[in-house]
Amino acid sequence: MSVYAVLFYVLAGLTALSAVAVVLTTSIVRAATWLLFTLAGTAGIFFLLGADFLGAGQLLIYVGGTLVLVVFGVMLTTQDPRLNLQIGVAEWLIGLVTSLALLGVLVVSLAGLQEPPDAPEGPRSLPPSRQLGAVLLGDTRATPVAPLTGTPQLNYYARVRVHYLLPFELLSVHLLVVLIGAAYLARAKRRRVDAQPPTSSSAQGVAP
Amino acid sequence: MSAKWGLTELFQAWGFSYPGSAEILAALTSAVLLVGFIALAALFFIWLERKVSARIQDRLGPTRVGGYIGWAQSIADGIKLFVKEDLVPAAADGWLFRLAPYVAFCGTFVAFIALPFADGWSAYTSGMGVFAIGVLFMLAVLSTEVFGVILAGCSSGNKWALYGGMREAAQMVSYEVPMALCVLVPVLLAGTLDLGAITRQQSGWFFNWFVFHDPFTFVAFWTYFTCAVASCKRAPFDLAEAESELVAGFHTEYSGLRWAFFFMAEYGTMFAVSGIATHLFLGGWNLGLPVWSLFGAPADLAAWLPWPHPILSVGNLLNAGIFTFKCFLLVTVMMWLRWTLPRIRIDQVMSACLIYLLPISCVVLMGVCLWQLFVPPWWRIVVAYSLAAGWTVFVLAVGVRLFSSTSQFPQASNVAAIR
Amino acid sequence: MIDLNAYLFLGAILFTCGVCCLMTKRNAIGVLMGVELILNGATINFVAFAHFNPTFEIEGQIFALFVIALAAAEAAVALAIALNFYNNHDSIDVDRAEELKG
Repeated sequence: MSVYAVLFYVLAGLTALSAVAVVLTTSIVRAATWLLFTLAGTAGIFFLLGADFLGAGQLLIYVGGTLVLVVFGVMLTTQDPRLNLQIGVAEWLIGLVTSLALLGVLVVSLAGLQEPPDAPEGPRSLPPSRQLGAVLLGDTRATPVAPLTGTPQLNYYARVRVHYLLPFELLSVHLLVVLIGAAYLARAKRRRVDAQPPTSSSAQGVAP
Repeated sequence: MSAKWGLTELFQAWGFSYPGSAEILAALTSAVLLVGFIALAALFFIWLERKVSARIQDRLGPTRVGGYIGWAQSIADGIKLFVKEDLVPAAADGWLFRLAPYVAFCGTFVAFIALPFADGWSAYTSGMGVFAIGVLFMLAVLSTEVFGVILAGCSSGNKWALYGGMREAAQMVSYEVPMALCVLVPVLLAGTLDLGAITRQQSGWFFNWFVFHDPFTFVAFWTYFTCAVASCKRAPFDLAEAESELVAGFHTEYSGLRWAFFFMAEYGTMFAVSGIATHLFLGGWNLGLPVWSLFGAPADLAAWLPWPHPILSVGNLLNAGIFTFKCFLLVTVMMWLRWTLPRIRIDQVMSACLIYLLPISCVVLMGVCLWQLFVPPWWRIVVAYSLAAGWTVFVLAVGVRLFSSTSQFPQASNVAAIR
Repeated sequence: MIDLNAYLFLGAILFTCGVCCLMTKRNAIGVLMGVELILNGATINFVAFAHFNPTFEIEGQIFALFVIALAAAEAAVALAIALNFYNNHDSIDVDRAEELKG
């Protein structure tokens, strides 16, 4: 049992168990904590697969950004802790049966996959951030323009055939639009003195 | 010079034949060394903080425990924290309350994996012998410390802790953006994210350091340092743990060993961001004054003194000492700032980030790109030398002024005559 | 031997947990956590294919990077919507969102 296999089982077990715990836990703050472990475990899986830049990006963006945003949302939408937002047994059964059926479909389809040609044995390193950056910037030259001092000269650009400049620009514009949109949606609205009374459904109280 | 961590080779040479055992032993040794270093550094910083704050406030600081300078005060503090009662508030979410200090400490400790103390002296080694994303890994892992702060605030069952934790999280997350932009500037100059490679490019005399490379990088260093101070939640950005307002912010309900973990995490983060600043801007482990190179020896200490082993060498040990000294210097500057400047309000903290530091870092980044493209090489060298010379003159002038001022107070003989 | 199927199975587990979370949580933020789990399961699949099939070693990482960035954007907008819902209904329960019913 090599170190790689042990690491995989530990990380995959942590990730899977945390994901199951997100589903099963009742408190929303604990669900956020289990989600933290799931995301950190996923980052570990990325490092194990050799995608260093992606693992660091997952930690930086997902854990340090999205999860913090989710917890802020949890804090800003707290309600009475005596309210138990639980669903009934019948709904749990439907949910579980559907999820297990989906899992079955996925497992059957992945068991029928052929082994990919020239799949590597053991750990290997995926193309580093330099090549990812070149692909995102649309640089398809075979060799870099100028040598850099102090860095190892490896054959980075040999395999680049396509570039992803257009999706990169679209993503930038998309993020800008989302930034403006989310800030506008979540702005503090001025309360009018003659505000309309709340709608009837919430005036009926908590229990339907 | 290979960057592979020499311990793996050492253990393999001692004959550990089970596959992977040498790597596991090397990893364990690195982890133990790093935890020991962080703990010892935290002990030293606590003592240093008390001495620096005392001197700035015109008093002496610890003088009883351990002789005149009170060096054993930290050990006494540590023993006190160990034997304190383990309190968990009744209204707290017990499991999350206990988990939060460890999440914060892990966020700091894992970042040290990518921090090289000397050439080849980093805890990570890969097949290629370099860690291609060193800086990005450190920034990414340091950003997970925010969640420890949030957990501590949410789970304490205390509204001051909650407010403090939320303010803290907002501040730390906001300051990551200008920090990352300022980190991009020397990465752009060096062409790599690997901290060891960036430092190797700054070898030789101190005007090779990136901080003196062009005016934009000079500004980037100070902006990075400000953002680093803010992301470590140190004064003047420590409103979220302001004692006069929020008792103690997110760690109000923590005492004893759990509080000690939070403080180890804070001092560890201070050292880590100082380490990043040293590698990126201040030449890392290079001394900057290689006077021996004037007599024909190689400028890099590790190349000049490569025995007994190319990696575990005397030259590398000296380099590690130089690097640690530079980081301690930066941490002392952070402490100096804390006890000199008044605390700024939370809205001033956020506006300082979003209205001032973020545009400054964007302008600096664009400026460095344009500088690299359009400024001719001879003009670059002139600017680098003049920046280095100007800064040296400034530091020397400040030092001379500080340490040679004549006393303004009446002499003892005058006092006796008056009385 | 850890081959491609092991990683794909892990991705499938995460995806299923995300779908179950979507179906069984009444808190809108809980539903959002389910969406994050789904996206993470898909990302693991992409990177596993990048690792085991050298033809896709760049494309897998690029897709995963885009998924991470877009998930962050989507979480921001979803949280803004959830906050608006909370401000209007004084409750974060998704079962309260029934004005358009019938």
